[in-house]
Amino acid sequence: MRKSEKIIEGLLLLSAVITILITVGIIWVLLSESISFFSEVSIFRFLTEKEWTPLFADKKFGILPLVTGTLLTTFIAIAVALPIGLTVAVYLNEYAPGRMRQIVKPVLELLATIPTVVYGFFALTVVTPFLQSFIPGLAGFNALSAGIVMGIMIIPMISSLSEDAISAVPRSLREAAYGMGSTRYQTAFGVMVPAASSGIVVSVILAISRAVGETMIVAIAAGQQPRLTLNPLVPIETITTYIVQVSLGDVPHGSLEYKTIFAAGITLFVFTFTLNNISFWIRKKFQEKYD
Amino acid sequence: MSKNYKLVAIEVNAYYGDFHAIKNISLGLEEKAVTAFIGPSGCGKSTFLRLFNRMNDYIDGFRIDGEILLDQKDIYKKSVRVDELRKEVGMVFQKPNPFPKTIFENVVYGLRIQGISKKKVLEEAAERSLKQAALWEEVKDKLHKSALALSGGQQQRLCIARALANGPSVLLMDEPASALDPISTAKIEELIWELKKDYTIVIVTHNMQQAGRVSDHTAFFLSGELIEFAKTKSLFTNPKDQRTQNYITGRFG
Ligand SMILES: Nc1ncnc2c1ncn2[C@@H]1O[C@H](COP(=O)(O)OP(=O)(O)OP(=O)(O)O)[C@@H](O)[C@H]1O
Ligand SMILES: [Mg+2]
Repeated sequence: MRKSEKIIEGLLLLSAVITILITVGIIWVLLSESISFFSEVSIFRFLTEKEWTPLFADKKFGILPLVTGTLLTTFIAIAVALPIGLTVAVYLNEYAPGRMRQIVKPVLELLATIPTVVYGFFALTVVTPFLQSFIPGLAGFNALSAGIVMGIMIIPMISSLSEDAISAVPRSLREAAYGMGSTRYQTAFGVMVPAASSGIVVSVILAISRAVGETMIVAIAAGQQPRLTLNPLVPIETITTYIVQVSLGDVPHGSLEYKTIFAAGITLFVFTFTLNNISFWIRKKFQEKYD
Repeated sequence: MSKNYKLVAIEVNAYYGDFHAIKNISLGLEEKAVTAFIGPSGCGKSTFLRLFNRMNDYIDGFRIDGEILLDQKDIYKKSVRVDELRKEVGMVFQKPNPFPKTIFENVVYGLRIQGISKKKVLEEAAERSLKQAALWEEVKDKLHKSALALSGGQQQRLCIARALANGPSVLLMDEPASALDPISTAKIEELIWELKKDYTIVIVTHNMQQAGRVSDHTAFFLSGELIEFAKTKSLFTNPKDQRTQNYITGRFG
């Protein structure tokens, strides 16, 4: 009995240690490879050059086109997911009868279980042709449909986190609003949503972080052409797509081209790390507000 | 029923699902008077009070039959707009529940949702209501500070001011002082005395002395039934029902 417990304890400790080691290892590889990249290409060039062509004969190492590509698809995704996700959250909280809630929630969560590769093909083979029927200038690969479909994928994330935030608002506040003669709409958007705003902001930040890191949809549907533009109708490339492209290609290990993926990777890491910290900070700052 | 009743209940039954919470209650509440609802915990005082502004409507499984009349009109008729009704019948809750906004925005909330945004109108209404609620002197220099920074008693008077700003004729108060200290409680009671010149007030209370001090009439409830309803003085000095007698003398579970 005693012995088996000791073994279990040891295994638990071991897995904890392994997890930490793996994380540290990843960060270490990312850092050391990037440092070696930046010893050949200055950070200044990296941040200011307007082209990203490390695989061409005429090499340029400006990360900006990848950053704008990432921001563009992310922005479109959030522009789709936030209004829909928030509306769903409000609907579930203030309007839906109990039965409805029991149907809608699992259906929404189903959206989150669809593999992203399926979303990618959906964007490429359904959404793009559909949009092309009324946006003539739309290229076959573009940021728009990739962003929209990414938005659809993120809806459950925003709706379920926002719903949690809204239902955590004390009942007494809802009663105050109704007691003052507010309609459901006024109660929902004038009182409940503002009172839940910190939780909603957190949900949006996590969603942004998810969109920034999303790979499959953009790799399939947005094209692989780094381009410094905010035009959603043309092919672009995101940071993640570039990393996949090079990882799958035949760039020799240890070469400068190879190291670019670590520089791109650390850029991505800085983005998501910052976003996650902001959301953590907001959550901590506001969590005691209603205790 | 006689004409000067502001609120009338006629053979009202209310249910939470299968649970019969209000059992065939009829009574009339006089205009510009204070009526107290007393009775042991769980006897249905809050449920009955909340029938008058239809606050139970959104509870899953809640049902009412019978009639509730406000100024002789049935408030449960289909044509009645609940949001309009609640502006006429204001409510103050047990726990002060100001919005997480400024003091000023709390008071003018009702005007804002009616689409009024003229600064002058809002400021006048805020001052008037805060004075009525005897809070003006304490907050006039910090109107644009958060309402959540006020003391519990001040918050409760703010909630009263907020309700008054809607221009109601009835105020429903569900144990408005039970979460407050004795001094704040005394202020609220004083306020109720003032307000009854202009408003019809219904107050739920567990505090027998409070009912005795502030109310003109008292209704005693027990397990969803109205046991006795009379002038406060006569109910406390000369109860007709043995169960009332037991309750007010404290010989009761
Ligand atoms: N939302 C609800 N769903 C089901 N039953 C309820 C609900 N609200 C109240 N009840 C029940 O109805 C009865 C009356 O409740 P009510 O809150 O009106 O009592 P009360 O007299 O106000 O009690 P207290 O003095 O404790 O506030 C109680 O038995 C209570 O359990
Ligand atoms: Mg109660």
